[in-house]
Amino acid sequence: MLLQVSAGWGRIARWTLMAAAIISYPHFAPQFWVVNIGAYAIVLGIITLSLTFLAAYGGMVSLAQMTVAGVAGYTLAILSSHAANVGSAILPWPWALAIALGSGTLAGILIGLVSVRTKGISLLMITLAIGMIFFYLTQQNTTLFHGFDGFRGVKAPIVFGMSLREPIVFYYLCMGVGIALYAAVSYMVRTPFGIALQGIRDNPRRLAALGYWVELHQVAAFGVAGFVAAVGGVLSLWYHGGISPGSVGITAMVNILIVAVIGGLGQPRGALIGALLFVLIQNFAIDLFIRERFNTVIGLTFLVIVLFSPDGLIGIWERLRRNRKRGLRSAPNGATN
Amino acid sequence: MKLFLLATLNGITVAGLYFIVAIGFTLIFGLMRVINLAHGSLYILGAYIGYDVATSTGNWYLGLAAGGVSVALAGLLIQSTLLDRIQGQEMRQSLVAIGLSIVIADLLLARYGGLAYQFDPPAILYGSVPLPIVRAYPTFRLVVVGAAVIVGLVIWLLVYRTRFGIIIRAGVDDRPMLSALGVNVPLVSILVFGLGAGLAGLAGVVGGSALSISPGEDARYLLSSLVVVIVGGMGSLSGTAIGALLIGLAEQIGLAYFPTYSVIVSFVIMAAVLALRPQGLMGRPE
Repeated sequence: MLLQVSAGWGRIARWTLMAAAIISYPHFAPQFWVVNIGAYAIVLGIITLSLTFLAAYGGMVSLAQMTVAGVAGYTLAILSSHAANVGSAILPWPWALAIALGSGTLAGILIGLVSVRTKGISLLMITLAIGMIFFYLTQQNTTLFHGFDGFRGVKAPIVFGMSLREPIVFYYLCMGVGIALYAAVSYMVRTPFGIALQGIRDNPRRLAALGYWVELHQVAAFGVAGFVAAVGGVLSLWYHGGISPGSVGITAMVNILIVAVIGGLGQPRGALIGALLFVLIQNFAIDLFIRERFNTVIGLTFLVIVLFSPDGLIGIWERLRRNRKRGLRSAPNGATN
Repeated sequence: MKLFLLATLNGITVAGLYFIVAIGFTLIFGLMRVINLAHGSLYILGAYIGYDVATSTGNWYLGLAAGGVSVALAGLLIQSTLLDRIQGQEMRQSLVAIGLSIVIADLLLARYGGLAYQFDPPAILYGSVPLPIVRAYPTFRLVVVGAAVIVGLVIWLLVYRTRFGIIIRAGVDDRPMLSALGVNVPLVSILVFGLGAGLAGLAGVVGGSALSISPGEDARYLLSSLVVVIVGGMGSLSGTAIGALLIGLAEQIGLAYFPTYSVIVSFVIMAAVLALRPQGLMGRPE
């Protein structure tokens, strides 16, 4: 009893410490670490979270989540003021933002509709094909997507006299949105919808026999993931100040999968851990080891993880912790766990 | 009329190329259930090796052989060292293939840079052929169609008229049973992967000669293989032929008439097939 109480206090202390670290971080860290590492890792983590949600609870590994983010980003860019139409935004930003998030969600639902009748590697293949088709569309289409150049000079909106892209503001924005989405996903998987989704992942036939409409749940999951990815896409647009076909190309699409797998595809928190490591490698591996061969480094890292620890870094960590616990317990009452 | 005919001819040429690439992809999937997402990288690897050999020896045919054989060897190596040890875990195998494709593409970029390379095919295959209405058409593009027909026939004969083909088809239907009958299935898998990869390498040299070689082509041929087998049906030879023709024609005719939206046609075809027959036109339901 006493032990439990102290464990509770330990937990509270840990959470307080973490919150304090998150809030104070931008005040002592240099700007590069706040925006280019911190905020960007969260943006990447949000897009990856949409994939981890689909994969962990729906059993559907989609490669098109970057595409969904790109649809939202492109929509917002088209409706906003950019380098080619300076100052003449088509819509005020709250409307444009709402439409961008809506179109991303719709894109998610559409991809779900096309692909849910297949599963496993076929789904992987179809979502890859859809994403690449969108990439070629943005590249070849000059009227709507501005072809190869894409959009530049897209500014984040100004709220209460502050640009959302100000380093510290942007960091808090990303952090706040990221935590909210993570909480929403964690909550959703415990609702009847989330439970049914996990049932479908484990045994679609049984759930269908129980009267659940399997495809509807899966398409809805794609819609939820689509919304999450769309939020990430909007933040990414503000972060980069623009979007071009390269943002939705095969490398960008596969990067999301790499981030998810490095962190651990089985759990949402793997998305952020993977994103942080990915951004760190992206920024430092290049300078430290091999100049300009970032893709080789990341590809090999990915291969090693897939071959030796399919559940990613989280898997490694949990195995280490379990071994340590077992080591502590093994003396008195053997291996019960 | 001339535009339509030219687009159709181009469509058939492109279809021939897509067919040679996709047939290897579908062979590999049929036997091992691996979605070889490194297929585009193998294509471009073959193209570069073929280019190196062809320019240094001055013999295009040697380049063709080198592209096919060396990529086949690379395929044997990939299957025997990486994929075979995780046989049966389809998702993991596909992820390994993705990782490989990233590394291969990046190393090729380091070696060959971002420039486009152009082959010099032998004079007899070069130049143009007089045809009615469109007047002149590049000979080499017709060679591509011929090569696709020959590859299709050879693969068909191999799969349906030889002992090795019987083993492949038995493996597609029931791997454990085939193994129980005393066939060395891992070895057969390695050979089939080598064959599929070799076809991608061969297509790389042929495609590189008909068009050009540059970074990014790997993604293009991976996409075409994906769409062709999704439409035609995974693991089906005739489906691959039909899918390649359909996608090649749709792409080229689309490019001729509405150039900035043509890829949407491929998407619409794919979505329609998935809605009506998720297993593809000639595919078998799972």
